[in-house]
Amino acid sequence: MVRTRVEVQEQTAVGDALVRGLVRAQLGLALRLATVVGAIVLAIPLLGKAFPVIAALTVLGIRVNWLILGVALYPLFYIVGRIYVRLAEQGERDFMGIVDEGIERADDGTQT
Amino acid sequence: MTHHAATTAAAILLAAVATVLVGAYGGRLSRTTSDFLVASRTVGPRWNAAAISGEYLSAASFLGVAGLVAKYGADALWYPVGFTAGYLGLLLFVAAPLRRSGAYTVPDFAEFRLGSARARTVAMLVVVVICVLYLVPQYQGAGLTLKILLGVPVWVGPLVVATVVIVNVVGGGMRSITFVQAFQYWLKLTAIAMPALALAVLFAGERPAIGGPLPPAITQDTTVAIEADVLVQVTRAEGITVDGHALPGPGRYQLHRGATMTLAAGASTPVVAGAPSTGDQWLSSGDGLGGNHPLYEVLSLIIATFLGTMGLPHVLGRFYTNPDGRAARRTALAVIALLSMFYMFPTLLGVFARLYVPQLLVTGAADAAVLLLPGAAIGGPVGAGLAALVAAGAIAAFLATSSGLLVSIAGALSTDVLRGRVRDFRLAAIVGGVIPIPLALAASSLELSRNVGLVFAVAASTLCPLLVLGIWWRGLTAAGAISGLIVGAALSGTAAALAVTDAIDDDASGGWAASLVGYPAAISVSVTFLVMVTVSRFTRGSSGADLPRVFARMHVPERLGMGVERVPTET
Repeated sequence: MVRTRVEVQEQTAVGDALVRGLVRAQLGLALRLATVVGAIVLAIPLLGKAFPVIAALTVLGIRVNWLILGVALYPLFYIVGRIYVRLAEQGERDFMGIVDEGIERADDGTQT
Repeated sequence: MTHHAATTAAAILLAAVATVLVGAYGGRLSRTTSDFLVASRTVGPRWNAAAISGEYLSAASFLGVAGLVAKYGADALWYPVGFTAGYLGLLLFVAAPLRRSGAYTVPDFAEFRLGSARARTVAMLVVVVICVLYLVPQYQGAGLTLKILLGVPVWVGPLVVATVVIVNVVGGGMRSITFVQAFQYWLKLTAIAMPALALAVLFAGERPAIGGPLPPAITQDTTVAIEADVLVQVTRAEGITVDGHALPGPGRYQLHRGATMTLAAGASTPVVAGAPSTGDQWLSSGDGLGGNHPLYEVLSLIIATFLGTMGLPHVLGRFYTNPDGRAARRTALAVIALLSMFYMFPTLLGVFARLYVPQLLVTGAADAAVLLLPGAAIGGPVGAGLAALVAAGAIAAFLATSSGLLVSIAGALSTDVLRGRVRDFRLAAIVGGVIPIPLALAASSLELSRNVGLVFAVAASTLCPLLVLGIWWRGLTAAGAISGLIVGAALSGTAAALAVTDAIDDDASGGWAASLVGYPAAISVSVTFLVMVTVSRFTRGSSGADLPRVFARMHVPERLGMGVERVPTET
């Protein structure tokens, strides 16, 4: 019998502990990425206020503040989103791996 | 001009007819309540991402963003940035677990997670309020657009949009609007990209200066009819007359409704008071969006838009249509890409509007910039063609967003107030589509994006904390959620009402009163989270839900076979 799988499905103490671990890992991942993006985004108006010189710089004839707000932030959001999707799915695979180890062990058990 | 109006009218009609036809095609198979509510959960990431983007890009994005950029410059860029970033928040914290919960509306999620019928009812009321508030600016945008383009009275637009949307939603619910909205994303992208690119070519040929110490100059003699009282800032008075009298000099002038302002070629455009007037101010960040406390306003706007998307019922509703949590994540990611592509163009159009139709800055009706720009700057048959295309895109924007909102209203009302049959869904759709019409006609017309920004603040202060805490924190109780929803809705709703009715004097309490009311999110979101957490701590252990099972269902991949699709019980 697939014991670990059943433990998650049947909400035993072991199963619940596994789910808690998954939730904690996924939340930690989301919070870490959100903190990075949040820090970058909040730094923009704050730095702009503290050092107006930075925003007045130009690159290729366009002001830096327009380049950051109008162009650069969008790829940042997409890249962070991609990283999240990859790592979150990885986390789920790891979780399923633990659950499925139960299958292998159970299979071994029936053979011997 | 009448010829151009005819072209434009034809384009608008075509967009509306195409919407109904595509909707009828998509909805021809709609039979069950599940079809109507969640398209039977069969929509893949690509279609769903296009549909979500199509639904999301409302009047505020299509018209409002360019208007705000033209008027306020760099700081207005935070609106499109926030509108896009909201999906990153949604992806990180909400998309997959919400889909895996198996809920079919936000109120249904509240009951699933909290095990409380009362929490469900409160969530339902919040959903209906947010959707109705969001419908109002859509209807207003439609009124404005048809009035400007075709010269029809302002009530025609809301009536046309309401009719088309009700027909679609009543006909096929979620199944039919999925196709409509996906189609409308591509229509809107084309409609805004073509004029932006055409103007970019024109701009590259002439290379006019954008910055400088003076406001933008008028290129030919222009007459501006003042349609609402407005306070304007005049930097250089030469060449400006009001009702035939030359202005004595620089300063602030109150213009009254019905006045006529003439601007000679080369005159510097007066701008609405509070907006940056010189080119240099407009180019630089930190001058804000017309208020007295720019830094606070920008930060609060960031909070409202970054978190508000997580609480928009019509956007959340589309994620229920994905087959599983993995598809929901991929959908959210694809939406970020589609929106990033779209928002380049209204930003460009805002810059061009300041150069080519600066007279719009006088009247505050900068929302019209996208509509008038192609005709004014390019002219001839090409300009007329582009203008017609833009008009069709604008109509698509009102229709797509309104359909999604109406499905959410109808879904919530029919399953929670009525008895959950297809007939009830249709009845609720009719009621929900009609109610915002009088509101749209009564409400004062702030800038569209700003109105929508206020709705984002309401969503960020209500449903966003409910979902984020509900999904990640086992401690959230029904009592905590309900108290938070009520406090958040009261705070942000009051602020929005005061802002829309313009009840607060701009200079009261050093300008803080107006800033807090116009940009309430920084306060109201924090208070809501605080209330939910505190009340939950005091009512610990009172949850009626089987928490281990609920959390396993939200977070464990579907392959484990724990998911249960919830369907409304037809009684």
